[in-house]
Formats: sequence, C-alpha cells, structure tokens
Amino acid sequence: MRMLVVEDDLEAQRYLVNGLKEAGHVVDDAADGEVGLTLALSRAYDVAIVDRMLPGIDGLRLVEEIREHGNTMPVLFLSALSEVDDRVKGLKAGGDDYLTKPYAFVELLARIDALMRRRHPASVKTQLQVGDLELNLLTRTANRNGSAIDLQPREFRLLEYLMRHAGQVVTRTMLLESVWEYHFDPQTNVIDVHISRLRAKIDKGFESPLLHTVRGAGYMIRARA
Amino acid sequence: MRAPRIFRTLAFRIVAVYLAIFAVSAAAIVAFTWWNTARALNAQTDQIVEADITGLSERYDRFGLAGLTDAIVNRSSHGGATLYILADSEKRPIAGNLDAWPELAQIGGNLVEFDYERRLGNRLEQRRARGRDFDLTGGFELLVARDVAERHETEKLFTTMIPWSVLLIVVLGLVGGGLISRKFLARLDQINRTSREIMEGNLSRRLPVGHAGDEFDVLALNLNRMLDRTERLMRGMREVTDSIAHDLRTPLNRLRNRLEGTLHSLDSHGAAGVQIEAAVEETDRLMATFNALLLIAEAEAGVAREAMTPVDLRGIVEGVVELYAPLADEKGVSLSAAPSGQAIVNCIGSLVSQALANLLDNAIKYTPAGGGVNISVEDTPSGIALCVADTGPGIASEDRNRVLERFVRLEASRHSPGTGLGLSLVAAVARLHDAKLELEDNGPGLKATLLFPAGANRRSSVPQIAPQKMAVRS
Repeated sequence: MRMLVVEDDLEAQRYLVNGLKEAGHVVDDAADGEVGLTLALSRAYDVAIVDRMLPGIDGLRLVEEIREHGNTMPVLFLSALSEVDDRVKGLKAGGDDYLTKPYAFVELLARIDALMRRRHPASVKTQLQVGDLELNLLTRTANRNGSAIDLQPREFRLLEYLMRHAGQVVTRTMLLESVWEYHFDPQTNVIDVHISRLRAKIDKGFESPLLHTVRGAGYMIRARA
Repeated sequence: MRAPRIFRTLAFRIVAVYLAIFAVSAAAIVAFTWWNTARALNAQTDQIVEADITGLSERYDRFGLAGLTDAIVNRSSHGGATLYILADSEKRPIAGNLDAWPELAQIGGNLVEFDYERRLGNRLEQRRARGRDFDLTGGFELLVARDVAERHETEKLFTTMIPWSVLLIVVLGLVGGGLISRKFLARLDQINRTSREIMEGNLSRRLPVGHAGDEFDVLALNLNRMLDRTERLMRGMREVTDSIAHDLRTPLNRLRNRLEGTLHSLDSHGAAGVQIEAAVEETDRLMATFNALLLIAEAEAGVAREAMTPVDLRGIVEGVVELYAPLADEKGVSLSAAPSGQAIVNCIGSLVSQALANLLDNAIKYTPAGGGVNISVEDTPSGIALCVADTGPGIASEDRNRVLERFVRLEASRHSPGTGLGLSLVAAVARLHDAKLELEDNGPGLKATLLFPAGANRRSSVPQIAPQKMAVRS
C-alpha cells in the first residue's frame, strides 16, 4: 500500500518509515506541511499519517486543505497533544483517527489496518468466521463447532471487533475506544478481565485456542494456521 | 418574605438615607426661618406698643384722665391696627376701640396676648392681638395692643405646611430613588449577566462600555482589562501545556520507539528482552502519569467548559459499571448500582466517566473480597449526587483532604499500582463542573460523593458562588 508520512521529527519519521516499509508498504515522507501538501495533492495514497504540529502549514490545516480539494484518503493524526478537545479538533478537521504520542508501533499498524478496512468494506457481512467459531451478526448469536455460546451484549461487541480484525493485533486502547467508546486509560487493566471472560466462553474446552495475547501489544484472534 | 429587589439596591438605600437627611434639614431650615421672622415681627409690634404706652402714660401724668381719654378716642378713631382700652379698677371700659376688657394671656414680661372680636361689615371675626397692659395711678388700667391675626394665621399655615412638605419631599424622593435604582439595576444586571457567561467558560465575552465615561463605564473598562489579562494568561497556560506536552512526548516517543525497535531485534524471552520489555512498560507508566497531570491542569484551567452538554448520569454510571463489573467479580467484591430517576447534568461526559472510573477503580482496589461497592445517583435539594460507597478500610478523617492532592498516596496503599493522581483528577473534574467532591466515612469504608450543583442549566439561576475549595493545596 502507498502511504504518506508527514512528520517533522526526523528520528520519529525514520523509525516510522522503516517500520512501515518492513511491514511491506511503500512510503513517501515529508518533513513539513508544504511538502506534505504538495505530495498529498500530486500523488495517490491509500493512507496518510500526519503529525499535528508541523512547521509551515500545520497538520490540521494540511488535512483541511486536502479535504477542500476533494481528496478523501484516510488520514491518521499523530499528536503529542491529547487534551480533550484536541482529538475532537483533529477529527473535525477531516482526520479519520487520532493517535497520541508515544504510541506503540503495533497500535499504529493496527489502526492503519482498521482504516483501510473501513475504506474497503469486504461486502456487507452478516456472518463472521474464525476457524470453527461463527458469529451471526443478524441474530446476534455465536457458536463454536456447532454448540451455541451465550454472550452478553458487550461481549458480543468485543468478539465482533476482534473477529472483524482477525489475524491482526488489536490493542487494549483500540478495544476501549471502539467497544466501550472511552478515550482514557483506566488505572487497572479492566480490559484484560473482559478478555479472560470472553476467552473462557469461546476457548474453554476446545483444543486449539483462538484468542491470543500478544505480549506488549494486545490481543489477536486467529485460527491455528 | 424578602423586600422587592429594588428596595435592596445600594442606590435605593443611598437615596433613602439622603432623603431622610434632606427632609429633616429642610424642615429645620423652614422652622428656623419662621421662628426668626416671627421673633422680628413680635419685637417690632412690642416696640410700637411700648412707644404708644409711654406716650399715653406721659399724657395721663400731665393732663389726667380727661387728657388720656381724649388721646385714646383720638387715636382709636384713626383706625389702624392698634387697639386701645382704658378701664377702671373693676375692668369696666372707659374709652378705647375694644368693647370689653378681654381675657388676657400672659406671655412673658408684661406682654399679653388675647383674642377679640371685630366687626367687618355685618360679620364678626375672631382675631388675635398682642400688646401690654399698664397700671395707671388711680386704679385705672390701660391696654394697648396690635392686631397680629395675620401673623398668627401664617404661623398656623406653617405648622401644617411643614409636615405636608416633608411628606411630599419623601414621596417625590422615593419615586426618584426608584427610578435611579432601576437604571442602576439595569446596568448591574448587564454586568452580572456577562460575568456569569464568562464564568461559564466564554472567556471572550466583554462588558459593554458606554460613552458617558461614568463610574460604570470605568468599572466595565477595568473589568474588561482584567478579563483581557486573564484570557491572555489562560491562553499562555494552554500554550505552555501544549509545548510541554509536545516537548516531553516527542523524546518519550523516540525512547519508546528505540526500545521497541531493540526488542524487535532481540529474542524477547532472553534476559535483555525481558529488561527492555520492562523498560517499555515503564515508559508507558511515565506517559500515563504525564497524561493524568496534563488532564488535571486542563480541567483546572477550565478551558474545556464550552464543551459541556447535558448528559444523563445514569448512562455514565451504566457504562462504567459495565466496564468494571467483571473486575469486581474477579476480586469477589459485589458491585451494585442503586436504581435512580433521570439525572441530567451539564457536563463533559468523558471526563465524568473517567472520574467515576477512577473512584470505582479505587473502591474495588481497596475493598477486600466479600465486601461491596455501591454506586448511586440521587437528586437531592442541593444538587445531583453521584456517590460511590465501599466497605474497604476507608480513609482516616485527617487524611481525607490530603489524598486529593497530587501524588499523595497513603502509606497503606503505597504498594498497590497507581499513579497517585486518581483522586486529584476526580477533584479537578469536580472543580471544572463546579461540583463538590466529598469524602465521608461509610462505616466501615469510604463514601465518595460528587455533588453537581442543582439545575442543569445554570444560566437562568442566581450567580453561582464558586464551590468551597475541596483540596488543601500545598
């Protein structure tokens, strides 16, 4: 995928570009707003990663300008600002997601994947499947290997989110934001408890676990390869 | 019942006091003037009478009774305002223009006053006179007086007029005072309305300044200057937090990136890998503390006030309880939320959620297995109370204020995970919402209450006095 990285902190930029290249993406970079804007308007990208504070044209203005030119590519803001309304300002300016520094690289990758998926929804699905685990989005029921699993509504949403991102790392922050719609970090890791309950429901009594913990990053649901 | 608002204004009170002083002094001046005038008039009368009597008594001494009678008849026939009567020792009149010896009232010295009747056409008139009676040798008595009816009338007029004038002054003054107070109130209301809007977070509002250059305009100008300064300081503080955020987060980001990069190239299960993973976690903890501090600073600056919307607290409680229920369950702590009616509060939902999450987090952390945590929302007369009560060890009363300070952790909890900022964040969120954070004994346990001021829409109510300080700042 072609990506544009606009970041003025050169070390962060190098790290970001290297990481994305390693993950198999084609990356263009810009160190200030003007160059970023020129690149964004002259070439086609699948996603842009834009720092909010940039010399010259700042991140918000940059995104506003490319939106004014009718460009709808997904934009992820990176920012060292995390005050309550900064996120709102970023999203209002036309950003699609907002990630606060410092971030874990897996978190960034996971979010980029989520943005891409939102952009290319693989036909409207009524059923999700990972291995022998099935989730019916119409009847809101789940079953594994033919036996029904009783899920609370929130557990259903949690499982749905994980299954929509099957094979991808999903971070705790992403879960808290997408499943609970909270934008803060709880002092205790409450998400882990929810996951362990869900794990007990879907993996207990089965030989091959589907829900995996990714150390230092988050969780992933996938069938054994 | 309280007096109507207009009577309680400073302007009205000033007018009332001034009016009282003015009415009393006006009455005093009129009375003094009258008294002086009357004295002068009386003195004049007395002099004329005295001169007359001296003349007549000399005449009596030289020409005897006949001469005196002649003179009296002669003087009486001239008309004029002087009254004469000469009587014998039995008070029988001999000569003069009075029909009978009148009833005399002594008024000091040998001066007398008396009433007499005077014929005007065919009408009898009661009149007053002032004069002097004089004993002549031979038992005769002579009374010479002057008519003072007009002065007497004026005197009566004055005595009735003064109270009426005072009354009129008071009535007119009160009307004037009322009008002035209304104008006063209108301008004050304008100032109050604007200050309320500013207190609610609209820092760009300014007081209207008139062109008259009066005291109110000067006050408005000064307040506006003060507001300019406050706004500048707030903006400065925002810029400072922004740049601190940026300048600290950027190197932290690099640090985390490098650690992650190194971890990536290492065997994560080796000794070095474990160390680096711990270092990454440490960075995240640093970040959490830093974020909490920034959020507290932001909440205290009140910069997010404009983002407040009416939110039903029940929804917030439901969400947070749902998030924490499994954690409580895991710990063997029963978590319950008392049912409640609708409780709409003007707030920033995400911050109240976070504050409640912090309270609940603490409650679950410190409540031993088998204990309980209860959340309730109550609509009390003093406001809407969001309450988290646990059956843990509680906080000693002398420590309750201290725990709201930043980084304060009680000895007992020093070994549990946490930044020491949880409760200070709750306190900051409370302050941002003009709410009160109260920590009470739950016997046993701790009961933390966030009391939101009554009335979701505070624009219509009396100006809010800032809630009393909750945390003792060091």
